[in-house]
Amino acid sequence: MIPAAFEYARASSVEEASKLLSKFGEDAKVLAGGHSLIPLMRLRLAQPAALVDINGIKELDHIKEDGQKLRIGALTRHVTIHNSPVVKEKLPLLAEIASEVGDNQVRNMGTMGGVIAHADAAGDYPTLALILDAEIVTNKRTIPARDFFKDLFTTALGPDEVVTEVVFPVANGPHKYVKFRRRLFDWAIVGVAAQKMNGGWRIGLTNVGPTPVRAKAVEEALHQGAKPEEAAQHASDGLDPAGDLRASPEYKKHLARVLTKRAINQAEGRQ
Amino acid sequence: MKLKVATTVNGRRHEHEVEPRLLLVHYLRDNLGLTGTHIGCDTSQCGACTILVDGKAVKSCTMFAVQAEGRSLQTIEGMAKDGELHPIQQAFWDEHGLQCGYCTPGFIMAAAYLLEQNANPTEDEIRKGLEGNLCRCTGYVNIVKAVQTAAKTMSATPAKKATVTAGGN
Amino acid sequence: MAVTQLVGSKIHRREDPRLITGHGHYVDDFTRQGTAFAAFVRSPYAHARVKSIDITDASKAPGVVGVYTARDFKGLLAGTHPAAPAFVAEKKYVPERFPIAEKEVTYQGEIVAAVLAENKSQAADAANMIQVDYEDLPAVMDLEKALEKGSPKAHLDGPDNVCWDFTYTGPEITEAAFKEADVVVTQRVLQNRLAPVPMEPRGVIADYEGFDQKLTIWMSSQNPHFIRLFVSGALGLKESQVRVISPDVGGGFGSKISPYPEDYLVPALSKISERPVKWTETRSESIQNATHGRGQFYDCEVAAKKDGTLLGMRVVQYVDVGAYHGTFGAFQPVACLMAGGAYKWKGISARTIGVLTNRVPTDPYRGAGRPEATHLVERMVDLVALELKMDPVEIRRKNFIQPKDFPFTQNFGLVVDSGDYDKALDKALDLVGYKDLVKKQAELRKQGRYMGIGFSTWIELCGFGPSAATAPATGGIALVESAQVRVTPTGSVIVYTGTHSHGQGHETTFPQIVADQLGVPYESVELRHGDTAEGTAFGYGTYGSRSLAVGGVAISRATGKVIDKGKKLAAHMLEAAEEDVVFEHGSFHVKGSPDKAKAFGEVAFASYGMNLPEGMEQGLEAVAYFDPPNLVWPFGTHIAVVEIDAETGSPLLTKYVAVDDCGNIINPMIVDGQIHGGIVQAIAQALYEEVVYDDETGQLRTGTMIDYMLPSANEIPPILLDKTITPSPTNELGVKGIGEAGTIAASAAVINAICDALSPLGIKHVDMPATPDKLWKMMKEAGK
Repeated sequence: MIPAAFEYARASSVEEASKLLSKFGEDAKVLAGGHSLIPLMRLRLAQPAALVDINGIKELDHIKEDGQKLRIGALTRHVTIHNSPVVKEKLPLLAEIASEVGDNQVRNMGTMGGVIAHADAAGDYPTLALILDAEIVTNKRTIPARDFFKDLFTTALGPDEVVTEVVFPVANGPHKYVKFRRRLFDWAIVGVAAQKMNGGWRIGLTNVGPTPVRAKAVEEALHQGAKPEEAAQHASDGLDPAGDLRASPEYKKHLARVLTKRAINQAEGRQ
Repeated sequence: MKLKVATTVNGRRHEHEVEPRLLLVHYLRDNLGLTGTHIGCDTSQCGACTILVDGKAVKSCTMFAVQAEGRSLQTIEGMAKDGELHPIQQAFWDEHGLQCGYCTPGFIMAAAYLLEQNANPTEDEIRKGLEGNLCRCTGYVNIVKAVQTAAKTMSATPAKKATVTAGGN
Repeated sequence: MAVTQLVGSKIHRREDPRLITGHGHYVDDFTRQGTAFAAFVRSPYAHARVKSIDITDASKAPGVVGVYTARDFKGLLAGTHPAAPAFVAEKKYVPERFPIAEKEVTYQGEIVAAVLAENKSQAADAANMIQVDYEDLPAVMDLEKALEKGSPKAHLDGPDNVCWDFTYTGPEITEAAFKEADVVVTQRVLQNRLAPVPMEPRGVIADYEGFDQKLTIWMSSQNPHFIRLFVSGALGLKESQVRVISPDVGGGFGSKISPYPEDYLVPALSKISERPVKWTETRSESIQNATHGRGQFYDCEVAAKKDGTLLGMRVVQYVDVGAYHGTFGAFQPVACLMAGGAYKWKGISARTIGVLTNRVPTDPYRGAGRPEATHLVERMVDLVALELKMDPVEIRRKNFIQPKDFPFTQNFGLVVDSGDYDKALDKALDLVGYKDLVKKQAELRKQGRYMGIGFSTWIELCGFGPSAATAPATGGIALVESAQVRVTPTGSVIVYTGTHSHGQGHETTFPQIVADQLGVPYESVELRHGDTAEGTAFGYGTYGSRSLAVGGVAISRATGKVIDKGKKLAAHMLEAAEEDVVFEHGSFHVKGSPDKAKAFGEVAFASYGMNLPEGMEQGLEAVAYFDPPNLVWPFGTHIAVVEIDAETGSPLLTKYVAVDDCGNIINPMIVDGQIHGGIVQAIAQALYEEVVYDDETGQLRTGTMIDYMLPSANEIPPILLDKTITPSPTNELGVKGIGEAGTIAASAAVINAICDALSPLGIKHVDMPATPDKLWKMMKEAGK
C-alpha cells in the first residue's frame, strides 16, 4: 500500500530537526529507522503531514563509554548495539536484547531512539531503560526513564523534542532477557529482563501493561533471600495486562512469573 | 513536492525526481524497471523486497526512496556477473531452493548479507539469519540447504564472495 | 541420441534461471502503455446497508480518471458469481453475487466503489476520499447460532443461513456397526479458518481494445481457461474474443482458482475507460479478500470392538461458507466421503451443512477437504486407541485396507486404486526410531516432561477426475485435461498443456516425460502453458494434485499420437509395413534390422515435405484429451515428535518423518520439495495460523502478516523424507499427485503428537491451532 502524501525534510543537526518539527507543527513525525512508522503509514493508520528525517545526523549514531555510564546515541542501529564490543563488555544485556529485536533487516535499520520514542508496550529497550534507571536525553532536557513512558505509545516528549541519547549505567553482572514469542522475529508476548547490579537484582517486564513494568516485589523478595522460584511468584503482583490474539491476561501473568524465574536462573547460569 | 534522489544501483548511477512518499521498492520497480525485487506484504514481515543498501540487508518496502539519496544499492539483478550466476543463486538452483520463486530474490539477498557477516554459519545460524524472510512453498528445507551449499562454495573460492558495492556516503 | 532415462531423475528446474536472477514475469512486473490504475473501496463492516456513496471529492482529486459504483457496471456485467455443485448436488440457498455491492455488504472487504487514476498513489488517495454512509447490521458469525430459528441472516433477503444441508448416507447405515460396538467415542473436531497467503498477492491487467473488440487479461491465476470462460460470459463476449494470460504465478494454494470480483471489474473498467487497467492486490487486501480455506467443524462418533476393530462412523460436517458460495466452495464436503481414511468400516454415515456467515467466502485451500478428512479420522482412531489403551500403530495396522483388497470400493463407492499402507508405516517407524522413542517417552514422563509421538497414516484421492464424476460437479464441463504436442520441421518439440504451474515445475517435468518418450534431447522439448491463445481449445488448470496424473498423461498420449503418425511415415520412408516398424530411443527401425532406421528428426523433417503416404497430411502434431478412468490414491505415514513445555504450554516439534507414496516419480527433487512445503503448511495450521474475526462485529483481527502467523525457517523442525513406490494402475505412467499430500497428512500427525504428550494429564483432544496459551489452560484445568 502507498502512504498518504507528506512533506519531507532532512535534518543535519538536532537543532535543525527541532526547528523543522516546530515549523511543521503537531502532525510532524521524526523518521529514524522507520520500521514502526512506515508500516503504519502504508496501512494509512498513520498519516503524518511531514517527516523530519534525522538519519543524516551522524552525531546521533554513537556508543560512548562515559565512566560508569554508557551513552547510546538515538540513531544507533540495533545491529551496531548488538555487535559493539563496548556494549558487550559494559552492558551485555543490552547487546543481547538488541540481537533479538525483529530480524536482520529490521536490526540494520531500527534505532535505539526510535524504539524508545515509539513506546510500544512490546518494545524491549524501554524495559531495560526503566529497570536500570537509564536517562533519556533530548534536545531540551534529560528525563529519567521512570518518568518517560507515560502510556501506550505515549511519552513525556514534547512536539518539537527529539531523543538524542539514552544513557544506561554500566552493568555487567549476571543478566538475561527472556523473550517469549511464537515466531523468532515476533514482538514479545511477554519479556523479562533480569540484571544483577550493585549486589541486587533489577527485574523488568515487557508487554504486560501499557508501559514497561519494574517488578519491585520480585526484586524485594530476592533481596530478602527468597529463592528465584519463590520470588518470581510476585512477578504478576499488581499486573493487569490486556489480552490479545496471542495471550489472555491470565496467561501473560503466568508467563511473567515463569519467565522471571527462568531469567534469574539463566542469568546465574542455571537452566 | 518532488525531491531529487541520486543513487547507485548495481553499479549504475541513477537520478530521479520523486515524491517523498515513494517507497524504495516502488522506485526500484517502477522508476528503474528492476522488477526482481518483489512486494509480499505491507508490514515488513515477508522480506520479499530485501536488497542491500551500502552492503546491509534492508527491506526496501520500509524505506522511502528519498532515504536512499547518495546510497549504493544492490538488487537481485546485480548478483549475477558476466553471465555467471552468483554462488548463492547457483545453490538455490542446485538445491531446489525455490518453487514459485516470488520470495526467492529476497532470500538470496538476505543470504548474501548473512554470508557476508558469517562465512561458515551453522544450520541454526542460517535459520536465524533468514528469520526476516517468509516462504510459502518450500518449507524452508531446501532454502537452508542452498545457503549451506553456497557457504561451502564461497569459502572454497573466496573470490566469489558476495561482492557488495562500497558505500556511497 | 538420447538414451538416458530422464523420468525419475533429478533434473534442474528450467524455470529457475529467470526466477533466481530477478527476471521472472509476475503480473505486477509489467504495465501497458497508457495504463490507468485501479483501487477499490471496500466495506469496513461485516454486514451493513449501503445508504449512500459520495464520490464528489474523489472525482475531483488529482489524476482521477473516474469513480465508479455498482450502477456503472450494471449494464456491463451480467450474471452471478459461478457456484459449482461440486460434492453437494442440491443447494438450499445460494445468494446472488454481483462483483460490486450496491445496497448491502455482507463481509468486511466487499467492494462498493472503484477508482481509476493516472498512477497508483492517486488511485489510493482518491479511494480514501470516497464517503460511504453505512447502516451497521448484525453480523452472523457463529455457525450453530446461525442455524437457530430467528437468527439474524447473513443476507437480509435470504430465507435463512443454510446454503446446503445434504446427507450422503443416513445414520441408519451405521446402526448395525454401532450395535456391535464395545466402545463408542464422540468428539467435535474443529478446522481453523486459514488464509492461503501465496507470497505473490493477486493482480489483474486488462486491456480491452474497442476497435477490435478483443480483451486481453493478464492475471495471477491457476486456471486461465476457466477465467476466460467466466469473464467472457459476464462481459457478453465470446470466449474467442478473450485471451487470458497467466504468467509466472507466485503461489496459489487454491486461492487463485476461482474468479474474483476484481477479475470482472478490471476488464469492465478497461472497457469503460478505453484504457488498459491494472490492479495489484496488497497483502492486507489478500488476507482479507482472497478466499479462505477450512473453517469447519465436525461432530463425529466412532464405534469399535474391544480388540480395536473399527466398525462405524457418524459424521456431521459444518462448513462456514462465508457470505457467498465460493465457486468451488462445495468441494470441501469431499471430507465426508474421505472420512474413512485408510481403514475398513462397516458403515459410515455423513451429512454436510453449509452455513452462510458474514465472513469472506471459503473455497479450496491446499488439500481442500482431504486434510480435514485425514485430521478427523486420524484423530478419531487415536481416541479409540486411547480408550482401548492400544498402541496407535497397532490399531492402524489392524484396520488398514490390505494390498490384496485393491481395487477397494470404500463406503461411499469410491474405488481406491492401489496401496500398501503397512509398507509405508514400517518404513516410517524405522526412520523415526519408534522403539527408542517410546522408551525415551517413558523416561521423560517419569521426569514430568510431556513428549508425544503422533501418527498420520493418510490417504487421499486426487487427479480430478473422471468425466462421469466431474461433469455433474462442475455443472457441465468435465475435468479432463488437454495437451498438444507440436513437432517443428527441425525436430524441436513444443508441448502445450491446459494445466498451469505456480511453483510445481511443469516446465521441467513435462518435457522429461516427452523427451523420454520421443527419445529426443531434453533441450529440444519446450513446455508452454498459461496463455489461452496457445495450445488446445480448453484447459482445466492446476489444483487437486491433477497436473501430472491427468495433464501429464494427456501429454504422454498426445506424444503417442505423434509417434503413431511418425511410424506411418517412417514405414513409408523405409518401405516397410507399418506393423513392422519399431520406435525405440528416438529412432524408427524395421523389426530385426536396427540399421534400417530413420531418426525422429528425419521423420519430422520429412513430415513437412512431399512424398507422404497416400492420404497423409503434412505436419507432425497431435492433440489429446485424457479422461482418467478413476482418481488416483496416494498415501503414506507421517510421524511427528513433540515436546510441550510443562510450564508455558509451548509446543516444540523436535522431529518430523514422512514416508509418502505417489506412484512413479518423474523428478524426485520436485516431489520432495512439494512434500516439504505441504508439511510446513499443515504444521502452520496445527500450531500457528488462524483467521480470526471479532465474534460480534465481524471485524478481521488477523489482517496483516503480524497477526496472521506464517512460520519462518526457525519454527520448522528437521524434516526427514523417504518413499515407497506403488505405481497407480489408473494411468499408463503409474503416477499419482503429490502437490497436496504433505498438507493432507501433517496436521493430524502434529496434533496427535500433542494429544499423546498430554495424555498423562487425561487430555484427549486438542483443537488447532495448538497455541501455548490454549495448551497451558488445558494443562492447568487437567491438573486441578
